[in-house]
Amino acid sequence: MNKYFHSVELDADKCCGCTNCLKRCPTEAIRIHNKKAQILSERCIDCGECIRICPHHAKHAHSNTLDDIKGYKVKVAIPAPALFGQFNNLDDIDIVLTGLHTIGFDYIFEVSRAAELVSELTRNLIRENKLNKPIISSACPAIVRLIKIRFPELCDNVMPILAPMEVAAKLARDEVINKTGLSRDEIGVFFITPCAAKVTEVNSPTLGGKSECDGAIAISKIYPELTQAMDHLKVVEPLSHSGLIGVGWATSGGESAAMLGEKYLAADGIENVIRVLEELEDDHIKDVDFIELNACSGGCVGGVLTVENPYVAQARIQNLRKFMPVSLNHLEDKNIDDMMWKDELTFNAESFRLDEDIIKAMDMMEQMEQICATLPGLDCGSCGAPTCRAMAEDIVKGNAKETDCIFKLKEKIQNVYDQLKNTL
Amino acid sequence: MSNAIHLHYEVPGDDFTRAGEASGLVKKRLKVLGYDPDAIRRVAIAMYEAEINMVIHANGGYCDVDIYPDRVEVLLADSGPGIENVEKAMQEGYSTAPDNVRNLGFGAGMGLPNIKKYTDDMRIETELGVGTKLYLTVNAN
Repeated sequence: MNKYFHSVELDADKCCGCTNCLKRCPTEAIRIHNKKAQILSERCIDCGECIRICPHHAKHAHSNTLDDIKGYKVKVAIPAPALFGQFNNLDDIDIVLTGLHTIGFDYIFEVSRAAELVSELTRNLIRENKLNKPIISSACPAIVRLIKIRFPELCDNVMPILAPMEVAAKLARDEVINKTGLSRDEIGVFFITPCAAKVTEVNSPTLGGKSECDGAIAISKIYPELTQAMDHLKVVEPLSHSGLIGVGWATSGGESAAMLGEKYLAADGIENVIRVLEELEDDHIKDVDFIELNACSGGCVGGVLTVENPYVAQARIQNLRKFMPVSLNHLEDKNIDDMMWKDELTFNAESFRLDEDIIKAMDMMEQMEQICATLPGLDCGSCGAPTCRAMAEDIVKGNAKETDCIFKLKEKIQNVYDQLKNTL
Repeated sequence: MSNAIHLHYEVPGDDFTRAGEASGLVKKRLKVLGYDPDAIRRVAIAMYEAEINMVIHANGGYCDVDIYPDRVEVLLADSGPGIENVEKAMQEGYSTAPDNVRNLGFGAGMGLPNIKKYTDDMRIETELGVGTKLYLTVNAN
């Protein structure tokens, strides 16, 4: 089995080998070989940007379908709060939750409920001085993976608290077990996901171990069935237990606002996030205690598996929150250890380094610089690597050859032509 | 070990937004080499401070970086006014930066003290009216 699981999949028939995803990938994890996009597994953080940008719809995220829930005695849906921003004229999230009930889920537990618990726990741990400042949120799995492969000095700053999805899955399952007496395996807990990164997290958690979720279903996948059901509801059941703090997590800044007054920074969009992390690593960001980072623009509402424009969704979420109580979920007697990471986040050095042996790595870099100096520097991507520098790296690693560069090839052909001409 | 990777960067004197470009590029190179993360961080911070110094006080300059397997050596050189009193400049909080620079959040008088703090060796050669050379060494663990 491959060491790394990725939810991003390629439909090879639709991929024409253009350079859109190649140029968009924030970790330079894509190469085009034989006119098909390939993912460098150790570098991909499953942010989903390649899915978003592909004009040929050749990329998609592997996620579960409603058929997959059928094998379980009790089917549990844990919807991300971003789901509530997807519907026009929605004034009550119970309509969405009842809709989920109608399309086959027996039990609904909003992830926003767990988000309120995570917020409270974070506030407590900050007050008790138990977290390394500045604290980086661990909620967005693409960000945690990015830090794991690119920012060794920041691994200790990521808050060691499970993401609300995991906390919600555990609480929901425990509740169903208590109510029904069924065993764990008879209950299927499915996350209704706005993004590909969460699908990966469900199938292969960044910190190892096993997710509390049995699967993840894309919002975009259940959207048609769900809206249909929501349009034909006879009664709206009072299922929701979320306050405005939890639902606010759907958009960038929501988690920070839930810190209630800490000095915070909230950045969204993967390029912006990378710039913040670079500055953080160099000690340039002062006077900030809490840092919320979301890979998608606008936050989770900008996830690549949502259907609505993120800013429209954001406006709807703000509107919904107006009528909600502040928070309906409190830690009380909950087991805090269950909400904490079981392991530390460790840096994965192999994603970007040239070689384990520094002498060899230096030698390779020397060669890279020499090759790079001879390349045109257009970063056109025609060779299949995102930049000339990346191509030089691929050559040194033995994964590409100089004539993959069309300008180098042209030069060579011209030389051969000139030589032939002279001999005639 | 004699084998080193040499890098050379110009630091433009009139653009704050580009100060830090050289330290950023060096950081990237060191990461690709799989260098000791703590050393990478210290090199990046010290170099950035020195780059900012060159922009504020000396209208830019250049830096030469030598990466060895066990250490990074950096030379930052400018043709600025020189440092009148090195001892004073090394004191925390002492600054000769003009007000417009301070308004941008720089000029807190922490530049040289911070550089010293993050490096294993630091040497200043300065001559009034001629310029300043700053030699830095950061050891890898």
